Amino acid sequence: MATVPVIVPARATAPQAPLFFNEIRCELRKLTRRRTFSLATIGFPVMFYLLFGVTNRHAVEGSFHIAKYLLGGYACFGVVGAALFGIGVGLATERAAGWLDLKRSSPMPPAAYLVAKCATAVLFGLVICTILMAIGVTLAGVHLTVSEGARLLAYTAAGAIPFAAMGLLLALLVPASATPGVINLIYLPMSFCSGLWMPLEALPHWLQRIAPALPTYHLAQIMLGSFGYTQPGSAFSHWMALLGFTLVMLGICWLVFQRAEQRG
Amino acid sequence: MATAVVTSFPSPAPVVSGIHQPVAELQRVSKRFAAQTALSDLSLALHPGEIVALLGPNGAGKSTAVRCLLGLTPPTSGTARIFGQDPRDPATRTRIGAMLQVGAAPEMLTPREHLQLFRSYYPNPMPLAELARIAGLQSFLDRRFGTLSGGQKQRTLFALALAGDPDVLFLDEPTVGMDIEARRSLWAAIRALAGRGKTILLTTHYLEEADALASRIVVLAKGRVLREGTPAEIKSSSTGRTIRCRTSLTLADLEALPAVALVQQTGTHATLTTPQPERLLRELLVRDPQLSELEVLPPALEDAFLALTADSAAVN
Repeated sequence: MATVPVIVPARATAPQAPLFFNEIRCELRKLTRRRTFSLATIGFPVMFYLLFGVTNRHAVEGSFHIAKYLLGGYACFGVVGAALFGIGVGLATERAAGWLDLKRSSPMPPAAYLVAKCATAVLFGLVICTILMAIGVTLAGVHLTVSEGARLLAYTAAGAIPFAAMGLLLALLVPASATPGVINLIYLPMSFCSGLWMPLEALPHWLQRIAPALPTYHLAQIMLGSFGYTQPGSAFSHWMALLGFTLVMLGICWLVFQRAEQRG
Repeated sequence: MATAVVTSFPSPAPVVSGIHQPVAELQRVSKRFAAQTALSDLSLALHPGEIVALLGPNGAGKSTAVRCLLGLTPPTSGTARIFGQDPRDPATRTRIGAMLQVGAAPEMLTPREHLQLFRSYYPNPMPLAELARIAGLQSFLDRRFGTLSGGQKQRTLFALALAGDPDVLFLDEPTVGMDIEARRSLWAAIRALAGRGKTILLTTHYLEEADALASRIVVLAKGRVLREGTPAEIKSSSTGRTIRCRTSLTLADLEALPAVALVQQTGTHATLTTPQPERLLRELLVRDPQLSELEVLPPALEDAFLALTADSAAVN
């Protein structure tokens, strides 16, 4: 038995991998246990697809198989909803309740908090996309190659990020009690105008004109690109548009946060 | 084994610049929000192993002082230091624990999950079983936070503050919403932590709480230090009395009396707090010959404290 006190070398910070893993797991549990959230986020795109996708199993418009087009559209609708509501509402609530301050006063790296929120949006998006693909293949007569399915999933995951950034900004700008309403006011018209619910060609001409100004349009074009169902315009330009949108959102977030911190 | 016991005591802050380096300090900190001054030229230092109570009425600047020390709010002028470092530095934060006035923690997680998460933020966290024992969480460790009572929620937040086995603890109104029994058991836990060498700053608007826990009380009003001393010094520095009576004088009449610090009127009954009871009584009896049901009460702790802060309000 040593009589000399053992000096344990002090680590300055906690090991990062378990920390991030824990943060993501807790975030996921928070959202999955909130039934209203999981039901609405997963339920709406699935219900819409059952209503409009399955009933259009034989419908063809131009070169588009409508049920397949809507698979891409509702997958996009689903992941955007998961990102906007999961992050927008979740963060606004935690900020208003002072919970975020407690987290900030701990040594938690801010990145862990943001990564956990993003990862949760990605996972919800993937779950929605998988369910939609299963419905598409079994009930809506959609022919989907493995490569098409894999690309749709990959784009869904990537598509969560720009809208996570948008959710972050809304959480910082809008009071917690108003966030769900404000998000709906943006999310639903934006989804409609970007051709997530029906092919853009079926929309009035002036709406088709403004669609390229919306981030959901670019994500939809990328996702529909998995099936070759795109409008003129290169995939690269859509990725750049989303990247630009993400950076603008994060930039404004940073400014808003700095101002709030100074006032705080 | 003796050595094991010794080493389990967290060593106080490593002494860098002489033995008098405070664990935490505010140096001439002012904080102005748009319309009001929350802190004005406040200096405060916590020394290793002491429990300091920041005492003051609502709006005195207690929470702002804690937020500055935690690096959540940048001071308008002056500096906040923890172990001589910037409190926003992640390495510094691993040595701090905080219990803030949180309206709601994520309700879907259990105290066990919350604690496991917070423990993972720190390099040397306190074992979960010990956290549960100190904060008394054993009976509801696996219930969702949203289903807990107010007191149980406060105890969970207290345990979160301890998750990293910190050297310094900031407790902002730790016993708010707790019944007397829960409050006393939290007090016992706080004392035990100080016994293990932790440095603790707590804010409260109960003099009784400050008296029960603190080795030093700093009375804060309008963002300034009003008085500072041991609990005994603070209590004896206030020789106020509370006068109760039935009187026909109006509230305005009562407030105009000399040496009145605070007036409360309910119907025909008035309660007056004063640092100079004899002077006030003489005047009161002259002004209202019909006065009845007169009582002069010794300074209840709360009243003494009220007189102290009201006094300063009158002076300003």
